[in-house]
Amino acid sequence: MSVGRYGEFGGQYVPETLMNAIHELEEAYEHYSHDPDFIAELDKLNKEYAGRPSILYYAEKMTKDLGGAKIYLKREDLNHTGSHKINNVLGQVLLAKKMGKTRVIAETGAGQHGVATATAAALMGMECEIFMGREDTVRQALNVYRMELLGAKVHAVTTGTETLKDAVNEAMREWSKRVDDTLYVLGSVMGPHPFPMIVRDFQSVIGKEIKSQLMEKEGKLPDMVVACVGGGSNAMGSFYEFIPDESVKLVGCEAAGLGVDNPKNAATIANGSLGIFHGMKSLFCQNEYGQIAPVYSISAGLDYPGIGPEHANLHKTGRATYVPITDEEAVKAFEYLSRVEGIIPAIESAHAVAHVMKVAGSMSKDDIIVCTISGRGDKDVAAIARYRGVEIYE
Amino acid sequence: MSRISEAFKNNKVFIPFITGGDPDIETTRKILYALNEAGAGIIEIGIPFSDPIAEGPVIQEASQRALEAGTTTDSLFELVKEVRSDIKIPILFMTYANVVFKYGADKFADRCNECGIDGMIIPDIPYEEKAEFTDICKAHDISFISMIAPTSKDRVQMIAKEAEGFIYCVSSMGVTGVRSDFSNNLDEMIKSVREVTDVPVAIGFGISTPEQAAKMAALSDGAIVGSAIVRIIAEHGTNAPAAVKEYVTKMVQAIK
Repeated sequence: MSVGRYGEFGGQYVPETLMNAIHELEEAYEHYSHDPDFIAELDKLNKEYAGRPSILYYAEKMTKDLGGAKIYLKREDLNHTGSHKINNVLGQVLLAKKMGKTRVIAETGAGQHGVATATAAALMGMECEIFMGREDTVRQALNVYRMELLGAKVHAVTTGTETLKDAVNEAMREWSKRVDDTLYVLGSVMGPHPFPMIVRDFQSVIGKEIKSQLMEKEGKLPDMVVACVGGGSNAMGSFYEFIPDESVKLVGCEAAGLGVDNPKNAATIANGSLGIFHGMKSLFCQNEYGQIAPVYSISAGLDYPGIGPEHANLHKTGRATYVPITDEEAVKAFEYLSRVEGIIPAIESAHAVAHVMKVAGSMSKDDIIVCTISGRGDKDVAAIARYRGVEIYE
Repeated sequence: MSRISEAFKNNKVFIPFITGGDPDIETTRKILYALNEAGAGIIEIGIPFSDPIAEGPVIQEASQRALEAGTTTDSLFELVKEVRSDIKIPILFMTYANVVFKYGADKFADRCNECGIDGMIIPDIPYEEKAEFTDICKAHDISFISMIAPTSKDRVQMIAKEAEGFIYCVSSMGVTGVRSDFSNNLDEMIKSVREVTDVPVAIGFGISTPEQAAKMAALSDGAIVGSAIVRIIAEHGTNAPAAVKEYVTKMVQAIK
């Protein structure tokens, strides 16, 4: 019967062709996640290849400038490949290898998950194919070349809105053609069970490190943890450790594009409703007939019409709060962090920074905010320049 | 006896699929009459969905055309209601979970009863998730069609035991679309089904030629053809009904 539920959300809504494949993954994960050798091997990869633990950085200038809560930045942008995506990918590709698979496939939006998957595949000697919306291959051309450099084959997806949602569709279709030697390495806490659980577990290293690093520096828990949310993997990874600590406010920042009242947005919590799509029951931007809405964000990584089921449940139970951040607010935060702290964040992560800029000033100087910088912004520089009217191409 | 069981009685059944509202509702209406006249045993109408993950390019494009033409779940319910006085064979809706869920499964089933829909096929509702839909289907006397695939293996009998109407046997891996190679364990799958149920089995995915249809129907109780018909509709547009009728007539002859 139905498994992998977070309240009413989650489940396994996939075609019969894929059911045994996801059961096989479930069993393999259950086995290896308790296997000391697997744990040790992954730990070693995290430390010696990805560069963990990532720094918890006290943003002193930003703190003084905003004049309120003490701000720490969790620097996932400093990981190998430049984002938090590597945490999940090392785990899943290692798992694929243990399962005897020889090929991995993945979807990607901004290209960060694709690059991370291609990297892990190169490292572990696996064949790799990446599905990316055609529009995103244009927005993030450098990442396409990067993936190819790493030995992956990149498919530009030309169906539907030609963005992340369509890349997921195509990766699922591809997986249903070839399950025996292939694992679909899903990039976020979404899709059918067991993906939301596996991705959350591999990403939860972020929150665990935040907790111990802050304990060392401040001797206490943060008052607020802030992260951006598309599907929601860096946010889930940042939040998970703190869910039982009720004094810690958890805030997810979703992409409001041109504004929550403008049709061009991707704010699922603000505008979505309950539905079943991409293997899960969760909240989705959709019309009255259940047709999935063509969403929009300046950030290719947050340009997704749904949200992971565990986030939907954290929202419903009130344990986490989700706020919309517009393109303009995110771009301002992108520029602000670059100038004030000398850190160029990914445009996705800039959505989280924007929220910190809104709330830090009105909080007490004794309060502590931890903001996860999920990735670095090099990939976005040309797009932000164009947003500001400077015609630069990569 | 339900209309679906009636259709399979002493008969190999040819089951054509079309995407509802492609290229428009009026052409779909004419195609429904054409299918009926050509000797289809059961008709499957796809309610277009924005993101049909089990479909290949042909049906994906048809879904997009239908949605762009303004097709909605309600316009297809209305169409079926209108043709029901003339077309007596079973009519099924094939669509994705979200279309039914967002409409409200209960309200959807009520409308099925009102308009004369006999069953539904929802490829992204596997055995494990079907209860929230099958309970409602049972209460409305609508068949919820179960699917089995070449990867189902030990799941075949579990699924077959609870199947209603007929069992949709997926001929090969991957998504819908015309192909030349089929799974080589179809025989075994069907034997496995027969051990636990009398519910008929029809094979679909990839069938396009009369020879393929004859072979699949010989292995089972019927053949389902979608992409090959949808491709004819894509080619002929509003003139498709005559071409579809000609094609389906040949296919029906082939499986007899």
